[in-house]
Amino acid sequence: MINFLNQHGSELIIKTWEQIYISALALFLGILVAVPLGIILTRYEKTAKYVMSISSMLQTIPSLALLTLMIPIFGIGKLPAIVALFIYSLLPILRNTYIGMNKVNKNLIDAAKGLGMTTAQSIFKVEIPMAMPIIMAGIRLSAVYVISWSTLASYIGAGGLGDFIFNGLNLYNPSLIIGGTIPVSILAILTDYLLGKFEKKVTPVTKSGVKK
Amino acid sequence: MSTAKDTAKEIVSFRNVAKKYRGGSVGVENINVTIKEGEFVCFIGTSGSGKTTTMRMINRMIDPSKGTITFKGHNIRHYDPVKLRRTIGYVIQNNGLMPHMTIQENITLVPRLLKWPQEKMDKKARELINLADLPESFLDRYPAELSGGQQQRIGVVRALAADQDLILMDEPFGALDPITRDDLQELIKHLQEELGKTIVFVTHDMDEALKLATHIVIMDSGHVIQDDTPDNILQHPANDFVKDLLGEERLLQAQQNTLSVSDIMSTNPAKITLGKSLAEAIRTMSLRHVDYLLVTDDDNKLKGYIDLETINERYSKDASVSDIYNRTRMKFKKDSYLRDTSEKILKQGYKYVPIVDNDNYLIGTVTRASLVNIIYDAIWGKEELDNPDEIKLPASIAKGSDKS
Ligand SMILES: Nc1ncnc2c1ncn2[C@@H]1O[C@H](COP(=O)(O)OP(=O)(O)OP(=O)(O)O)[C@@H](O)[C@H]1O
Ligand SMILES: [Mg+2]
Repeated sequence: MINFLNQHGSELIIKTWEQIYISALALFLGILVAVPLGIILTRYEKTAKYVMSISSMLQTIPSLALLTLMIPIFGIGKLPAIVALFIYSLLPILRNTYIGMNKVNKNLIDAAKGLGMTTAQSIFKVEIPMAMPIIMAGIRLSAVYVISWSTLASYIGAGGLGDFIFNGLNLYNPSLIIGGTIPVSILAILTDYLLGKFEKKVTPVTKSGVKK
Repeated sequence: MSTAKDTAKEIVSFRNVAKKYRGGSVGVENINVTIKEGEFVCFIGTSGSGKTTTMRMINRMIDPSKGTITFKGHNIRHYDPVKLRRTIGYVIQNNGLMPHMTIQENITLVPRLLKWPQEKMDKKARELINLADLPESFLDRYPAELSGGQQQRIGVVRALAADQDLILMDEPFGALDPITRDDLQELIKHLQEELGKTIVFVTHDMDEALKLATHIVIMDSGHVIQDDTPDNILQHPANDFVKDLLGEERLLQAQQNTLSVSDIMSTNPAKITLGKSLAEAIRTMSLRHVDYLLVTDDDNKLKGYIDLETINERYSKDASVSDIYNRTRMKFKKDSYLRDTSEKILKQGYKYVPIVDNDNYLIGTVTRASLVNIIYDAIWGKEELDNPDEIKLPASIAKGSDKS
């Protein structure tokens, strides 16, 4: 262990950083697209069905295949990896946003409108806060997926902790494999934990005396 | 109707309004209703009759497919829907409070949309929580920390936060237990009577409508069947649908409440004119088997009465009725309500009371016996009297107790 850290310590930090960088960017783009799209789709029931099935289909493409498919378009390196992971992150967020928004008590939306809120006010002040726990669950799920899958990104030259694992596989060096796997797991668990904290912060309070 | 109401300004009017939903289902058709300021209007009817559709067209939650709706004299199409809704109170079933906002934030939701200064909102929140008869400490609570009835109290007063003077309510108390509902009914009746709010209220509970409304609109399959005061509807139900909706019991009760003395009087009173001799008076009495006669002049105007006792005491051959008749006597105008008169008659122990028209012409009598019959009918119901074995408690008493 100490041996491994002595040998690969600085490399480990760089690779971990790459992993974080790739996943975070992919997830960020995923949120940026999927949340608004999910909200918009609740206004267009029919289109929603098609969009949902298309994104479900994308989800079924094997991750390695998707990564490889990116090469002809974006070449190799970080960009194709980020694009592929971004596509993967879409569905859980999109689906949860859509479901979360649809699940908001229709009575509340009716009240919001009847009291004189504009559509935007109703969405931002009532519907999104109410749907927040479900949306966040989707984001957390996506985050964990993206972090673990970004390991595969090393296959198309994006770097990251996958480099350790693939090297380990090639050289049949178990300590390299383990040295790459453990940080990925820690990263995934830590991210989920932090997002959990964040979720508490953005989920609206409905009981007094609850501290944020 | 009182004249005050007749001259009240109209606040909402429907002119030939129709709503067809997409897919062709008819929401409502040919709606012509005028709502005046200060009225408590109840829309009542069977499920799917178009009550909600009609109500929601007022604040443009639904747009009519035909016809014109005005609010304060202006076509509602000319209002911005969002601004219109902020000037009209809105209360729905299950209260529609925002779970993630405190009671204070809920109450001041519309003022916040209108960007009132904080101070004014705080003041309003305190004023309204007091109106709702809840402690000010509740302002910091969340809706989930209030009972259903308390939540709906907040739902009701929230509709007044921006000083709206028209409030729409769609079956607001449907989900509440009877006692809580009573309390809330009192609250909104207070809003209408004391604060002068105009209330448009959708219900399918006839008791609720009769208790609260000053104006009832009865609907069936998208049409207005009857549009009148509760009294007029009870007295003159437009058709069998309305009668069914009211129910036999209420109709009977209402009928007895609105019976006038002329409805039950006998039109053949025992009477005599002023100029007749006492001997003739006695003859008439024995002919009619009575010990009294009403006295009229030759034009049949009521003058007083004469009874056997007086004649006995003061009999003389030459005397005529005009010499000894008694001038003071209780009498009733023909269209006075029985409910106002029966008690007087019974309490004072008269055997009969003369009934006169507006010009004091004698047109009949109400006897104590006929009165007693009517009162029994009202209290016990007709059938029970036909079947004395089965006499039960009066409806008003029996209602409160469980019969098992
Ligand atoms: N959004 C809609 N789309 C199609 N038809 C509708 C819609 N809303 C109402 N309707 C139809 O319009 C008619 C009137 O409905 P409305 O909701 O006004 O009835 P209601 O009197 O309020 O009934 P309830 O007592 O059940 O609430 C019904 O036949 C109903 O099926
Ligand atoms: Mg309804």
